[in-house]
Amino acid sequence: MDPMRRSPSPCPSSRPSSPRTPPCEMFGQVGIEAVLDQLKIKAMKMGFEFNIMVVGQSGLGKSTMVNTLFRSKVWKTSLPSLGTPIPQTLQLHSLTHIIEEKGVKLKLTVTDTPGFGDQINNDKCWDPILAYINEQYEQYLQEEILITRQRHIPDTRVHCCVYFVPPTGHCLRPLDIEFLQRLCRTVNVVPVIARADSLTIEEREAFRHRIQQNMRAHCIDVYPQKCFDEDVNDKILNSKIRDRIPFAVVGADREHLVNGRCVLGRKTKWGIIEVENMAHCEFPLLRDLLIRSHLQDLKDITHNVHYENYRVMRLNESHVLPRGPGWVNLAPASPGQLTTPGSMKTCRQAQDDSDDEF
Amino acid sequence: MSKQQPTQFINPETPGYVGFANLPNQVHRKSVKKGFEFTLMVVGESGLGKSTLINSLFLTDLYPERIIPGAAEKIERTVQIEASTVEIEERGVKLRLTVVDTPGYGDAINCRDCFKTIISYIDEQFERYLHDESGLNRRHIVDNRVHCCFYFISPFGHGLKPLDVAFMKAIHNKVNIVPVIAKADTLTLKERERLKRRILDEIEEHNIKIYHLPDAESDEDEDFKEQTRLLKASIPFSVVGSNQLIEAKGKKVRGRLYPWGVVEVENPEHNDFLKLRTMLITHMQDLQEVTQDLHYENFRSERLKRGGRKVESEDMNKDQILLEKEAELRRMQEMIARMQAQMQAQMQGGDGDGGALGHHV
Repeated sequence: MDPMRRSPSPCPSSRPSSPRTPPCEMFGQVGIEAVLDQLKIKAMKMGFEFNIMVVGQSGLGKSTMVNTLFRSKVWKTSLPSLGTPIPQTLQLHSLTHIIEEKGVKLKLTVTDTPGFGDQINNDKCWDPILAYINEQYEQYLQEEILITRQRHIPDTRVHCCVYFVPPTGHCLRPLDIEFLQRLCRTVNVVPVIARADSLTIEEREAFRHRIQQNMRAHCIDVYPQKCFDEDVNDKILNSKIRDRIPFAVVGADREHLVNGRCVLGRKTKWGIIEVENMAHCEFPLLRDLLIRSHLQDLKDITHNVHYENYRVMRLNESHVLPRGPGWVNLAPASPGQLTTPGSMKTCRQAQDDSDDEF
Repeated sequence: MSKQQPTQFINPETPGYVGFANLPNQVHRKSVKKGFEFTLMVVGESGLGKSTLINSLFLTDLYPERIIPGAAEKIERTVQIEASTVEIEERGVKLRLTVVDTPGYGDAINCRDCFKTIISYIDEQFERYLHDESGLNRRHIVDNRVHCCFYFISPFGHGLKPLDVAFMKAIHNKVNIVPVIAKADTLTLKERERLKRRILDEIEEHNIKIYHLPDAESDEDEDFKEQTRLLKASIPFSVVGSNQLIEAKGKKVRGRLYPWGVVEVENPEHNDFLKLRTMLITHMQDLQEVTQDLHYENFRSERLKRGGRKVESEDMNKDQILLEKEAELRRMQEMIARMQAQMQAQMQGGDGDGGALGHHV
């Protein structure tokens, strides 16, 4: 604790006369900053949990991307053996790993979705994914409403869903649009342009621009959502990110020697694509967003917004809570949009619909 | 003149020289005058670089005013057939090339019906040729039959997708399929080899009949045999297309410029573009022949077996035919009954002036 300092002027009256408590001028050091240290120590002891889901057609490099993000062989990137048919229905596989860096433990759960968009008829292929996400919310809810609750409820809710868009260079496909529309209301979605090493820089920019247009036209609100920017700083930071979404990424889990340094990359006959080089691809942006700067924010939004929406909807269904404030409008629903009944109720506009139903 | 022993006619003055060794030259001259016709169909999901590859192959711009449809239009669109024809001339040889594009293939969420349009187009061309061939004036038959189909396989998958397998099985008896791995600059060499082997295994597993290059004849020279062997070993070809000129190593080449290097289209170490072009050019005649001798003849025999009756819809089931036959039978029986009644009436009428039975025949 620091030694006390003498401040020149006496402190003004500390009686709160307005709703906002005026800052109290201090005439000494109390040592409040030590709270931060205590939080840090506690967090490091408890460890962090992060649940990420990767969605996209097979072969777009999802497993490689996860390995690259966390710099470890989280997922085995082997080809499915010949003769094993592509699964007829979408099956979700979850893998949990505990990785440690500088004393901080991270319990990472990655959910993969093999078979998404691979069939001839891909109608309703998003239903199993939505069902899984809602199931995790349900599990958490059940734990939360128990009379004797656990001290720390295990959190299996999906904090972030990374959607891999194939690099066609044209625009979003109908499947992409359907999926993104439905999912951006239930979970934080971060779309990325997969295998971006097949696009030149100009093609990449044009493609990104067109995707942004498509998303605006179809009211797809991906992470970071505009409505959750808390202050000006957030807005500036997030606007920069929003300009570059979707990130054009390349994944690699092999190291090569470039100019004497060992870098992660893909070696081809015409050059080495460095994954961490901003001039080559935007993987560092994705990594920074997901891990270095916005990991806690992703978890907070999942807990405070998406989970709360789900909870309010469920409690309303069972008539426990009177309807009222508590509805959070994530993205305005354009007329005639089809969504699953669950996520429809998260929109304020849908209040009228539910009036008729109940 | 006995022609029992085949002899080499090298010297025209040799006794016994007839001169029909010149026939190939005559054919050559006539073909050059007539020009060649070739129809190439390209099928594949959008965004695989089909148009770019076609433009690169034939060094033209087949799609000058191309507008890529937006996402909203893609949702409502069905598969369409767009045929564009271009006349290319090189050293006096004219080629009338028709490229049949299939925009909308594989775009929809539910792709079950996306190859019906394509198959009916192919059948339509066969039908038209059959009709012309059986007609009276056969001098100017225009051959619009599809001679070759480039099927573009996405390099991003782990092999063939279910849609690829279903489509190829549906058309392998109607057209020569040449599978092509698109956008090959996104694969390293090892990945490329793995993907090619995987695709070949899957093709064999599903009994898909792709176009096989004919083996070189034993009397061809070694270079040609070696070339054919190389070509056969590289199927399916993994290609990169581009018509942009990039400066690389001091000279201008066609390629794609990336921050990490330049992919040269015509460099055999970078991709198989040259091999694909060689195959197409040297085997254009063979592709036409196989279309004529195998696919067209199959179609023709099927068609003629069905008889003049044009099958309107495939789902005309047997029950319907049975019902029709039963109705006919009933009508016949009614007619017989009427005729019998008539005869009886006549016999009775012979006795007296019985009421004339209204008979209707």
